[in-house]
Amino acid sequence: MFPLGIWPYIVGGLIIGVGVSFVYILTGIHSTQSSLFSTTLSFFSKIPYFQRKEYLESREWRLYFAAGVILGAVVYTLTVSPDGWWTTSVQLWRLVVGGLLVGFGTRLSSGCTSGHGISGIASLSTTSAVAVITFILFGVITANLVALLGVTP
Amino acid sequence: MNGRNVVLFIGGIIFGFGLAWGGMSKPEVVLSFLQLKDYGLVLLMGAATVTTFFAINVVPRFLKEPILGGKFKPRTRALSRNTIVGAIIFGIGWGLAGLCPGAALASLGIGNLPVLAGIASMFVGAYVMGRFFG
Repeated sequence: MFPLGIWPYIVGGLIIGVGVSFVYILTGIHSTQSSLFSTTLSFFSKIPYFQRKEYLESREWRLYFAAGVILGAVVYTLTVSPDGWWTTSVQLWRLVVGGLLVGFGTRLSSGCTSGHGISGIASLSTTSAVAVITFILFGVITANLVALLGVTP
Repeated sequence: MNGRNVVLFIGGIIFGFGLAWGGMSKPEVVLSFLQLKDYGLVLLMGAATVTTFFAINVVPRFLKEPILGGKFKPRTRALSRNTIVGAIIFGIGWGLAGLCPGAALASLGIGNLPVLAGIASMFVGAYVMGRFFG
């Protein structure tokens, strides 16, 4: 069940929860991830969907938050990481096609693993619970199908 | 940089550090969960969610409003067809790439440069959604 052990996951999850809680207790903001795409696009696209008030108000802090997420992983790599710098061997087409669907789907659904998964469930939102069950189910089906077709990794 | 942005930047550093610690910055680890070989992702999401649950549901009983101002308000969204269709599409993409938005950013931070292509795609996907289905 846990070939890498349970502790990296529990400790990692607790740290993530502390980060989200820190922001919430200080500012009341739910520091979630996928809205970044839409709010950042508001700098470049004039269409009304991206120019909505909530996007214009949050687009700046979302960039600071995203920069922090990247930097946090850099700090991990330079301090406690057992691996050092690391590169995936998952094929590029999977990252590209998967990325397109992730960008489209998270925005259509108004949330991702962080917005629906962490902040939504912690808010006891049934909408988020439905979303989480759905994306895990389809993630499991897809990942197994791809593996079944012999694509590795 | 105003106070709010500083808080978000520091919160982001903590979030990204935790994602990397928990292996989520590696698509291989996420895919091994989705292939039902390693259930660790459930533990990670559980630990993160329980911690956040206290911040959202318990802390406001002792603290009237956020320390730097603003309002405490749980994150809720109305359930619609889009919620479900979007989650299906996201799930398929997640199962293909082993990447979700936050994990992709953290993946860049551990030096995984190919993920830049995935992040660029996410922006394109979000643009197509807003432009044609928003």
